[in-house]
Amino acid sequence: MDRAAFQTVALALGNDPKAAAIEISVGGLSLCAEEGALVVAFAGGDFDWRRDGRPLPPAARLTLRPGEVLSARAGRAGAWTYAGVAGGVDTPTEMGSRSTHVRSGIGGLDGRMLRAGDILPVGPGAAAGFATDAEIDAPWLDGRRDPIRVVLGPQDDYFTPAALAGFFETDFTLTQAADRMAYRFDGATIAHARGHDIVSDGVALGAIQIVGDRAPLVLMADRQPTGGYPKLGHVILADIGNLAQMRPGEICRFRRASLDEARAALREMDHAIMTTTARLRPLRREMTPAWLLANNLIDGVVKSPEER
Amino acid sequence: MTGETAPRYLPAGEAALVVEFGERIDEAINDRVVALDQAVTAAQLAGVVETVPTYRSLMIHFDPRRTSTSALIDAVRVLNPASVPRKPPRHRAIPVCYDPPFAEDLGEVASILGLTQQDIVALHCGALYRVYMYGFAPGFTFLGGLPDALAIPRRATPRPPVPPGSLLIAGGQALIASISMPTGWYQIGRTPVRVFDQTRDPMVLAGIGDTIRFERIDAADFVELSAQAPSRADG
Repeated sequence: MDRAAFQTVALALGNDPKAAAIEISVGGLSLCAEEGALVVAFAGGDFDWRRDGRPLPPAARLTLRPGEVLSARAGRAGAWTYAGVAGGVDTPTEMGSRSTHVRSGIGGLDGRMLRAGDILPVGPGAAAGFATDAEIDAPWLDGRRDPIRVVLGPQDDYFTPAALAGFFETDFTLTQAADRMAYRFDGATIAHARGHDIVSDGVALGAIQIVGDRAPLVLMADRQPTGGYPKLGHVILADIGNLAQMRPGEICRFRRASLDEARAALREMDHAIMTTTARLRPLRREMTPAWLLANNLIDGVVKSPEER
Repeated sequence: MTGETAPRYLPAGEAALVVEFGERIDEAINDRVVALDQAVTAAQLAGVVETVPTYRSLMIHFDPRRTSTSALIDAVRVLNPASVPRKPPRHRAIPVCYDPPFAEDLGEVASILGLTQQDIVALHCGALYRVYMYGFAPGFTFLGGLPDALAIPRRATPRPPVPPGSLLIAGGQALIASISMPTGWYQIGRTPVRVFDQTRDPMVLAGIGDTIRFERIDAADFVELSAQAPSRADG
């Protein structure tokens, strides 16, 4: 859902870019290392990550030792975060991939969501030594609230010019109907100039479908490959992750972009993500009172001998 | 080749291109989609990740880091689909049971269309179908060739999931469902053959452009064929 976060994790671990990782939603996850220490990394959204209950930054790479519990819970923002391991998750491939398609029960671990008690095998390279635990300074994952950029087409001619103009001037609210298949928004209804159906056509990532006269449906990672509804435009790849990280009730706007802008934005994001390994900062193992206060994790500080 | 209008090239975002041959369900249009799909695959164009043939268009997914919409359009324009040896269409016969409990909506369809259930079965079973597209979910086989008398509009609200192997009709189209999904279509029969099997080669029952005929079986045959390891249709 947030490919930039997924790539950041792979780079932080020195993994192959296609190495499998775990995608975690607001439901959270806890995991531990079996058999031996593992180098793990996580990034995406502003989740509440902890090791043995002690707070961690929202993006980091660290050595997880047997007996330690690494946990993620929904934090202040963000809907998806990613946890990877050096060497990659080593489940069997299906049709050349380790991804899971839950609806058809294909891939991943037995084609389903992960459950408590599941054991995930890890590929070679897991024990490669990274000396220091590190925080990942990844501003490209900050989830800015700029308008989401959209390239028009292929059925933008199915909508009146007034409807299209209105689309780009409206606040849209993400509804509860937001999952890996599609994100449904509430906002202005979008008037059709032509019919409401098309003969089934291919559907690409980020397609903005207008079903009937209702507000938009943005098609995401688990979308159907084909569909019979007009597509006003597509969210650009560089902005899909930001859109995916929205939570129900949050508001966004869309703005029109050209193909050139979309390509430039993707290049810019790629270049930013490539700097991941240069943006690792030593991670302090214990959180100081000042840090806790600054992050609203405590209400106040009592002066103590340890404070400088 | 002769007298054909040029297709439209439509961007679908910066990582996909739609080559659109028409807006209808039509054999000649679908033939052009299939021909271009085979030509694009044979040409191994740089940056192409996947092609998705539909009734009337070919969607080409590509990596925008390796190519661009305009470069891909240029590369596709110079292909000569007519020169790529076409895979000859194959014919499949697929066993179908139209008896209870495998035809849950047959009664409802009969009353909506004002036909008897036997008429509906005879019409559906007697037609020759062509595979136009795979879509919606893995293995869902979209067919053309449904007799006009069986044109029933899609349901206003979807019905609960149909079992795998269901034969569905709606909107003038026929469909073989692979996995269990809720649907706005009507189930009028079921095949015991495994419609989609990712461990089998091929994974699906038929290629786009292939033809299919349904062969009627009774409920006892259905149970027996299901119990065997039914992985292929005859043909």
